Amino acid sequence: MIDIKEFDRELLLKLYKTMVLIRLFEKKIEYGFSRNQIHGTTHLCIGQEGTAVGVCSHLRDTDYAVSTHRGHGHSIGKGLEPLPLMAEVMGKQGGYCKGKGGTQHVAFLKKGFLGTNGITGGGLPIATGAAFTIKQKKRDDISVSFFGDGAVAQGTFHESLNMASLWNLPVLFVCENNMYGMSTHVSKTVSGGSIAERGAAYGIESISLDGMNVLEVYEKTGELIKKMRGGGGPKLIECHTYRYSGHSKSDMRIYRTREEENEYKKKCPIKRLQKEMIEAGVETEEKFVTIQKEISITMTDVYQEALDMPFPDTSEALKEIFFE
Amino acid sequence: MSNKTTDKSYLEAVNEAISEELASDEDVVFFGEDIGMYGGAFGAARGLWEKYGSSRVVESPISENSFTGIAIGAALTGLKPIVEIMFMDFITLAMDQIVNHGTKFRYMYGGQVTVPIVIRTPGGGGRRYGSSHSQSLEGWFLRVPGLRIAVPSNPSDAKWILRYAVQDKNPWLVVESKKLYGTRGKLGNGLRLPIGKAEVLREGAEITIVTYSRMVHESMEAAEVLKAEHGIDVEVIDLRTLNPLDVETVFDSVKKTGRAVVVEEGCLTGGVGAEIASRISENCFDILKVPVKRIAAPDSPVPMSPVLEDFVLPSAGRIISELKDFL
Repeated sequence: MIDIKEFDRELLLKLYKTMVLIRLFEKKIEYGFSRNQIHGTTHLCIGQEGTAVGVCSHLRDTDYAVSTHRGHGHSIGKGLEPLPLMAEVMGKQGGYCKGKGGTQHVAFLKKGFLGTNGITGGGLPIATGAAFTIKQKKRDDISVSFFGDGAVAQGTFHESLNMASLWNLPVLFVCENNMYGMSTHVSKTVSGGSIAERGAAYGIESISLDGMNVLEVYEKTGELIKKMRGGGGPKLIECHTYRYSGHSKSDMRIYRTREEENEYKKKCPIKRLQKEMIEAGVETEEKFVTIQKEISITMTDVYQEALDMPFPDTSEALKEIFFE
Repeated sequence: MSNKTTDKSYLEAVNEAISEELASDEDVVFFGEDIGMYGGAFGAARGLWEKYGSSRVVESPISENSFTGIAIGAALTGLKPIVEIMFMDFITLAMDQIVNHGTKFRYMYGGQVTVPIVIRTPGGGGRRYGSSHSQSLEGWFLRVPGLRIAVPSNPSDAKWILRYAVQDKNPWLVVESKKLYGTRGKLGNGLRLPIGKAEVLREGAEITIVTYSRMVHESMEAAEVLKAEHGIDVEVIDLRTLNPLDVETVFDSVKKTGRAVVVEEGCLTGGVGAEIASRISENCFDILKVPVKRIAAPDSPVPMSPVLEDFVLPSAGRIISELKDFL
């Protein structure tokens, strides 16, 4: 059992604020699409904030993380700033990647963030390769590979776990199992038991966590990472979670019931932490109202500022294809 | 003229390049199947595992997509990996990591990163290996922005272009010719020509042959015969790299001869020859005396049977028969 009293107040507030920041950041993206001010596609992680924050809060700037198409939570969790991230989502010159990457291809190397990734399962070898560098350079950092339940059907999942184990690489595989690969339920895509159990086939210590409980994710991930630093080899975490939105902006969610969605909304990781902190006497309800209001105001400013930024000059289109 | 004592084979040249890079730069690592004690399927890795150890000469499981991806992830974070894909045909298994990841990161991430990786692989046929071990797939990669492509035709280029590629910050695909692995030549002390520059191997006034890799040798042989037996004066250009593509050297030659032929080992449709023929037509139309000609394999898989393989793959004999009445 996770005992909230064992957590430092500042840490609890940080976990809470980061989750709220991710939630409100994505609410702004949703708003931007509704106003036709953001274009293309987007994959929101609303509901899944507990996994991103629970894992990333352990990471240093010299640790690496490779994310997925559903990557705003991991980006913010890894320390990216909302303004250049929003600008990137909008395709603006002031974005982390000058608007050339967009939501599915945003990276910021100074924070060890090796990119969101538009190919399901595409990030696993990349994160494993970053772990190879860490081992080669004898650093005590780690590399985190986020992926969804859909990705475990890709060859890259099996190949990467296999090589990470053979070569004892410090890569933490984090599966965010939100039960749906786009529309297809995990029961139709994963054979032979749970995703966490697959780790055993590769000799990788694996655990299964309640991804809707940020404190559980934080505590258990912390224990694994402590073992990994300085030669501990790969680990696998399966976080059971849920995305409240559809797969992407055009998804009408015909493959699941509103009742199921409502069940998971009751388990909201943000509300849960807030409730537990109030019950434990760590913070008052008023404090949370203030925090939410402050972040909401910040996000309104971020959104407007990003919207006011210029698009890149067309001369950018043909730059940086090669290193010249 | 080949000298048995001082010359090196194409394969030895590749081996020497990898060895020298491993020796001079500790960030260089080598991934591939059977590159340990076995020394690589063709022997390009011979002696490297013994010399540099298993942490730098990394024998990989048969997982082309992911060990290529691991190499890309390692390149993104500071290493300079070399990847051996045992046969070029197997590069199909690694297409996602090459096309969607390694060659796009620099661009998609707004120039924040470089991906200094070299993927080297033996392509082409002529060794009776059949359809899944004989293909020339380099034409596909012309359409992958962000990828440098080398197609060396001789031991010296095989060595020095590879050494350059390992130290270059861009991703490189080096397509070696498995049929040329045994051919010998002098390695010299460095590149005779800068990277990205085609080489005029034989000067001639009447026809320009543009080619690369193994077809350079078939074209040179054909040129000799065409001169001796038919009195036709052929210029032969070895492209050396397909990206960069040195069209200027090609145009200069075509402006002189007025006739252009592209010779490649891969299939005709949508191939390297199609691209070069278009460029020549766009830029030298007024000078051309006849339409640009392409000599390539037909749009067929490469068969195993020696008689059939020799029929399908372009050869000096076919070049001669197609060009003897070209004027």
